Amino acid sequence: MSSAPVATPSWRQVGQHAVFPQATHDEVARFDFLTRLNVHLSQKVLPGVRQAWQTRVEPAFKAEHGRPAADRHEVRRAMQRDLHYQLWSTLRRNSMEMRQQAGRSVVFRQLAALRDKADALNDGAATLKLDPGIEQPRYQRAVDIHCMPGSYHAEVVERDIAAGANYDAGLFVTTAGMLGRYADGGGQAIAEWLAQHRPGFKPRRILDIGCTIGHNIVPLAQAFPDAQVVAIDTAATVLRYAHARAKSLGVHNIEFRQAAGEAVPAADNSFDLVTTAMFWHETSTTAMPRIMREVYRVLAPGGVTLHLEQPQYAGMDPFEAFMRDWDAYNNNEPFWTRMHEADLDRLLTESGFAPGAYFETVMQAKVDRTLFPPPIIGGGSEDTRQEDFGRTPTWTAFGATKAAAAG
Amino acid sequence: MNPPRLPEPAELDPVALANRRAKGKRPQFLDDPALERVLSITLAVAGELSVARERIDTLERLLVQRGVLAAGDIEAFAPDSAALAARDAWGREYIARILRIVEHDVQAMSDAAEPTVEQWMDKLDDHDEPAPP
Repeated sequence: MSSAPVATPSWRQVGQHAVFPQATHDEVARFDFLTRLNVHLSQKVLPGVRQAWQTRVEPAFKAEHGRPAADRHEVRRAMQRDLHYQLWSTLRRNSMEMRQQAGRSVVFRQLAALRDKADALNDGAATLKLDPGIEQPRYQRAVDIHCMPGSYHAEVVERDIAAGANYDAGLFVTTAGMLGRYADGGGQAIAEWLAQHRPGFKPRRILDIGCTIGHNIVPLAQAFPDAQVVAIDTAATVLRYAHARAKSLGVHNIEFRQAAGEAVPAADNSFDLVTTAMFWHETSTTAMPRIMREVYRVLAPGGVTLHLEQPQYAGMDPFEAFMRDWDAYNNNEPFWTRMHEADLDRLLTESGFAPGAYFETVMQAKVDRTLFPPPIIGGGSEDTRQEDFGRTPTWTAFGATKAAAAG
Repeated sequence: MNPPRLPEPAELDPVALANRRAKGKRPQFLDDPALERVLSITLAVAGELSVARERIDTLERLLVQRGVLAAGDIEAFAPDSAALAARDAWGREYIARILRIVEHDVQAMSDAAEPTVEQWMDKLDDHDEPAPP
């Protein structure tokens, strides 16, 4: 017996703020269509991909090779010839492209008005520090991340904010609302975890690396209103938007600064908390240890670092790892696959953290459950709601505490 | 040296900007690239139909809310014969319009020996074309 369908949240429930793009009746209907399409793809079409693997692709693979698939790459090469996988993939790719088109058409028709609103909040603010000398790293320039034309950094007009506005408008659609009204379920989860697992921890200074539109650092700035927060990104477009967005949400203790994670403009031992959210998979093999060494350098002894990512592949069933790899190959996430192979414990240890300091836990987006469906963990039978691999806001949170200074 | 000044929003074409592609070679999923494109177009049209349907739904609800229609009026509506005929005419033309290409295929079958236009290019280059009567 199938369970009753869960109502899809509407874009009308997205939290509004001063620089949030306004949508017409039909634009809302278009976003809602895409949200429903994404839910349908994950609940009704995606289960068939596993079924195709189990009932025809894997048996054929075993018959041909006399053994099961050794890894996710063998699964992928076999599945690429399966019609159902091809259909699900092309539909999922199209839904991403259509979401970008829909978001951009909303933003660019009202860009002048949006920019005026951002200008009013940004002009002369000491908390927005842009540096035209910052170059976009190769891993940001290579392809437009998750099929977002111009990625986070393309500047189309002077004092551009379009990339941020488009990203903000569409996050709800891509994740079917599972990140919450302000797409901040990740930041809220970190704040809640700290309250539960580090009671009494009151960071004086917080750093967020690769903040984009600041959606995950705002909840931390709200949870620690006395803290000085610094949020860095290499892209000026998203920083202008992030700054105006935070101000209009009444959050004034964040300094948004254009800087690279490889060269954090801060003194050694100057932050008590360093965070990232869905950041590492958009870097590179060279950048990851460089940035983690900076995390260690700027973290004060006794300070905590915490990072949200999709789960690592080690020990994972090859089919599930293949499914989680979809975005790497088909949604312009070229470092995703290698990042999820990395030994994170070793990365942190080689960056300076003490052996054994590494910890890892599972976190779910913290959202308003009266409006939004809960995220799903693991697979499930066709009667249950399916996890949308790589999109579900159920994360691996990893990090470490920096050892207190030796006597 | 300062970078060149970027345009103002009013100088841009929002439609062209909305349609900009993402950098990064697009993967091919289906075996036939043409089919892949037809699917993309069909999905976009399906989206626009959903948008139009929602607008009609809004209209109906507003008409009920303002007392122009009673709830159930649309379901209870029985077109008279003139309305039925007008709808039928519209409906037949509509189907013919969207399935035009299939009809063209059928029409062409009855003229199987039809030369291609390229063959006509050569034929019309004949120097021994008979003079018109």
